Amino acid sequence: MGLLNRLSAWLLSIFGKKHVRIGIYGPPNAGKTTLANRIAQDWGGGTVGEVSEVPHETRKVQKKGNVVIKNDKASLVIDIVDTPGIATKIDFHEFMEYGMDEEEAKRRAKEATEGVIEAIKWLDNIDGVILLMDSTKNPFTQVNITILGNLEARGLPVIIAANKIDLDGSTPATLKSAFPQHEVIPISALTGANIDLLYEAMVRKFGKKK
Amino acid sequence: MEGLNSEEKIEFILKEVEDGKILILEHGLTPEEQAKLIERTMKEIDSKFVGIEMESYMEERQSFIDKLLGKKKVRLTVVGPADKIKTIYRDKDIIRAVIKG
Repeated sequence: MGLLNRLSAWLLSIFGKKHVRIGIYGPPNAGKTTLANRIAQDWGGGTVGEVSEVPHETRKVQKKGNVVIKNDKASLVIDIVDTPGIATKIDFHEFMEYGMDEEEAKRRAKEATEGVIEAIKWLDNIDGVILLMDSTKNPFTQVNITILGNLEARGLPVIIAANKIDLDGSTPATLKSAFPQHEVIPISALTGANIDLLYEAMVRKFGKKK
Repeated sequence: MEGLNSEEKIEFILKEVEDGKILILEHGLTPEEQAKLIERTMKEIDSKFVGIEMESYMEERQSFIDKLLGKKKVRLTVVGPADKIKTIYRDKDIIRAVIKG
């Protein structure tokens, strides 16, 4: 599988692809839906999903199709795939800390576990990934390591977006030194800071020059 | 676990972890196996079992063949129940964790 994927990625790098499906992946509360909404609003209008401070707000894959991203030299048509946050543990008690009763918290936890499974399965249906990390936190988490390992094994192109640079304690340089083999773009999905750099990288990495 | 295929390995690990054991796997789990383990863990989560804590360390250097095949070797994986092991610090080479008895 690895060899075929490598070959496919190599052919893609030569011949390019005009319409690609881009998955936004990362741990819970990294800002995936905020970024998906930002991309949709900047290039197509509308939103992709609801944003909340409660972890696992996105519990089903959400999509927005035919978003056209352009720069002076090239354009790229993408389907944005906003995925549920991937986690190795989900404790319903954590949801109760946000004011939910036990029944609601358990239901949400169950939905969150299904969301994680769906997000992992979607790795087989995408052409490229924006891996979103919270730049105020330690990047050496198992979720980040597992996602990156799977992308590398599949030969999928990836851009790491170091999100939340608008917050105190943000250290995007830590992410750059942690993953030197990957392109890391510091951004704030919330304020839009550096978002143009991300779009440039997306066209360059995922798209085809005219 | 020599001789077990990926599915059998994951089933074995999950059963041991659900029984409260912490495992140190010398040859580690591949990224695909890690993802499968997370998927299987999600199916087992209920009010008593809240999931796993897992830490995998990849080899920094790849052989030419492994690079060609897109493989990255894992040198170590630590996995245990999330209510018994909590990682407090990790970087490329160090893991500090608290283990509850």
